[in-house]
Amino acid sequence: MIGNEEPLLSVTGAGHRYGDRFGCRDVSFELWPGEVLAVVGESGSGKSTLLGMLARRLTTDEGSIRYRRDRELTELSDLTEREVRTLWRSEWGFVHQNPADGLRMHVSAGGNVGEPLMATGWRHYGRIRAKAAEWLERVEIPVDRIDDDPTTFSGGMRQRLQIARNLVVSPRLVFMDEPTSGLDVSVQARLLDLIRSLVADLGLSVVIVTHDLAVARLISHRTLVMKDGAVIESGLTDRVLDDPQAAYTQLLVSSILQG
Amino acid sequence: MMNPLLTVDGISKTFTVHLRGGQRLPVLSGLSFDVGPGECVVLGGPSGVGKSSVLKMVYGSYGVDDGHIVLRRPAGVLDLATASPRELLAARRDTMGYVSQFLRAVPRVPALDVVAEPLRERGVEVETARVRAGELLDRLGIPERLWALPPATFSGGEQQRVNIARGFIAERPLLLLDEPTASLDARNREVVVELVREKLAAGAGILAIFHDDDVRDALADRVVAISPSRGGAAA
Repeated sequence: MIGNEEPLLSVTGAGHRYGDRFGCRDVSFELWPGEVLAVVGESGSGKSTLLGMLARRLTTDEGSIRYRRDRELTELSDLTEREVRTLWRSEWGFVHQNPADGLRMHVSAGGNVGEPLMATGWRHYGRIRAKAAEWLERVEIPVDRIDDDPTTFSGGMRQRLQIARNLVVSPRLVFMDEPTSGLDVSVQARLLDLIRSLVADLGLSVVIVTHDLAVARLISHRTLVMKDGAVIESGLTDRVLDDPQAAYTQLLVSSILQG
Repeated sequence: MMNPLLTVDGISKTFTVHLRGGQRLPVLSGLSFDVGPGECVVLGGPSGVGKSSVLKMVYGSYGVDDGHIVLRRPAGVLDLATASPRELLAARRDTMGYVSQFLRAVPRVPALDVVAEPLRERGVEVETARVRAGELLDRLGIPERLWALPPATFSGGEQQRVNIARGFIAERPLLLLDEPTASLDARNREVVVELVREKLAAGAGILAIFHDDDVRDALADRVVAISPSRGGAAA
């Protein structure tokens, strides 16, 4: 059934060290095309360190992280900085918790979405603007706001704009760091629904870090549970949440507020 | 007899509750039965005996401590008890559907799209999928004016009918039903009985828990009785 397909990302025994202490250690998983993987845990569990390591912001001090580039799994730490920059321009995206970290706050909404296109070689102004307008519509931002700066947008709109900026170049792999946790509950639901449908329509692979198990339940296929820098449980998201094995996962699941 | 679609062979399950000092709650041990194509097998026994757990073990939402759950598909034989998450996801998309008692839907998605989604996941074009979804909602008595609304605002019975439509829309060889008629009126129960009969006539295997005796009597080819914390015996 799996045939000749390869995972997009293959992580084996990976760890990052802060001085003599590991922020995360011995992490192994594979991510397949079209799959959404949630990494859950409380603050200090190592989930953000893991994301930083996957996204090449932090070094991989042991183990291996391989990414499928041109049909071959390539060790990420073997890539030059230039090659990594090329990946960020064309194949990878990163959605930050705080939209201000992922947007240019004093550039228009249209400019924020058009800029990644220009970085991949788009030159025709009219086409860039049309594509930006199309994406604003896709993330439910009124097109008549195209010339406004994100500083004039609500939190939910800023987050949707950041998503458009990331997805406009049709990446294959998107990292998301708590994308909904700065938002009001009603705005969260809308954003999650939007992420979920875009991921399905575009066939994206996503690694999403969240402390919120309800977010994992709604949008992920598989879940890793982290504690003290280690993955303590992993599997199908509904299995991890409905039949948790580790004591800590049982505690997390039993602490969910029923909505 | 044809090869069964599903062979459940000596499965066992015990929950360990760490929050209560590692208390062990045995649910099932050594349960075995088959489901053939075109056959409706009903799990029987008092409530709380673990009938839903059996369905969840087949679907992969619960782990299996011991035994095998063999699913035969055109693509080959898969032991669901040991399958990888990726294999389980593929089996859910292509081979087995699950209708639970409760609808779990993303807050803002319209009922029509909630129902159409299993077809969309299998690559059916959006308009075709919506037409098919509308037909099913119509049969189940959900008026067209509700189709564009998210089901979160619907009554319990309406949500359950949306859930049934979603579960029945795709052609899958195996269907798992967990009390699909629990909060339906007599007319809608009859529609569900018809839908199940159509699936059976098309060769699907059905493994079900039915709340109502009349639905069970109308559909069951066999009842597998589950007794407290033990395996079941065919009755």
